[in-house]
Amino acid sequence: MKIRVDPEKCQGHARCYGLAPELFDVDDYGLASVRGDGSVPAALEDKARLAIANCPEYAVEALPD
Amino acid sequence: MARTQPVSQWATDFNVLDSAYVADPFTIWDDLRGSCPVAHTDRRGSTWLPTRYDDVVALAHDIEHFSSLEVGVIPLAVEVPVQDRVLPYGLPPISADPPLHTWTRRLLLPWFSHHRVEGYEEMTRALCGGLVDSFLAEGRADAAADYAQQIPVRVIAYILGVPLELSDTFTGWVRDVLEFADDPDRRRRGATELLTFFVAEVARRRTEPGDDLLSELMQTEVEGKRVEESIVLGTAALVLIAGVDTTWSAIGSSLWHLAAHPEDRRRLVAEPELMPTAIEELLRAYSPVTMARVVTEDIEFEGCPMKHGDKVLMNFPGANRDPDAFEDADRVILDRAINRHVAFGSGIHRCAGSNLARMELRVALEEWLARIPEFRLADAEVTWAGGQVRGPRTLPVVFP
Repeated sequence: MKIRVDPEKCQGHARCYGLAPELFDVDDYGLASVRGDGSVPAALEDKARLAIANCPEYAVEALPD
Repeated sequence: MARTQPVSQWATDFNVLDSAYVADPFTIWDDLRGSCPVAHTDRRGSTWLPTRYDDVVALAHDIEHFSSLEVGVIPLAVEVPVQDRVLPYGLPPISADPPLHTWTRRLLLPWFSHHRVEGYEEMTRALCGGLVDSFLAEGRADAAADYAQQIPVRVIAYILGVPLELSDTFTGWVRDVLEFADDPDRRRRGATELLTFFVAEVARRRTEPGDDLLSELMQTEVEGKRVEESIVLGTAALVLIAGVDTTWSAIGSSLWHLAAHPEDRRRLVAEPELMPTAIEELLRAYSPVTMARVVTEDIEFEGCPMKHGDKVLMNFPGANRDPDAFEDADRVILDRAINRHVAFGSGIHRCAGSNLARMELRVALEEWLARIPEFRLADAEVTWAGGQVRGPRTLPVVFP
């Protein structure tokens, strides 16, 4: 599984960071980004799905395989 | 007076200050969603009230047709002379559209980044613990006035660099501006005193700058020029006005819920690992803040003929109770896994202080529950404030 944050949609709610700080970081202006290249270790896939499902701006998305 | 007459038709003549709406807006939104999902009134000028999640989010994202130049839910019935002279841009970034919004928001955001907010946690925790300790032995407290109300104002004063001893005064001004908006004299007095205070604080920092938010705003240069003083004043006033009533209301509503729902309270005490989802769920179910937008040109929205100059209330609390967006929307589910709530708004005006508010709410609940795991509503009246910000103002509770 691979994920990304759409910087055009992200408004800095920081819900992804709150749910999965292992997968996301948020800068000083609230903009979220994925750590590394966005590859999600198998053990964190549930957390990644939660982050996708909780973003109020639909900014977190799974990339097609 | 038309503004205060009882409501007979919520769809065509709603009133967010009506006592029934303040006490229980939830059933009113449910009824409206099923009959007239975008309600209207002419009570304080032509104003619309959307109740569906998708509509509120769509309105928040259409910044071209729905401007933030007027964000007050209750329009000013009178001019505030000092405000008009001193604050030509209002309270940026909340009362601004791009491009002013964009750069003034960037001035503010780093002060409320999650890294900075971690730095305010220790102070917040000590404050909350001390407050609970002050009434713990009495077996009763007003969880709104003695606790929730005392927390955010001190954290905000600390960040702004203004005296914590004046906290009660700050709280009074903010209530004058937000809660007593239909009382023009009170609103004018509160706004004038608040601004006069910040004018003096800015003057003092010209010779004695500190490392607080106010001092740094004054030192900041944007494109080679110092930020205009009216912007500094407006932004400082915004931080105080937006950072006090709002979070205090969220803390109070959350404690009200836990007092009235022992099964949720015991579960949260037994399973503290639920705190992150519980916080989001309490924010969803009892979202305190309604904002407003002003229509920039005639537009039809969901069949409603909105006219240039009309107000639209950004009903984030109602959106968060929409059953089309949330399963069992009227039930508090502490471990709700999917919760795309918009308690902090949606789009470019997402609450700049959301990281701080979340931290304050979490720490306030943790410190209370650590000392008072068992408590219930006392046999006394709970009173609520409503309008722009909804939350309990007196919340008498007892504990063994």
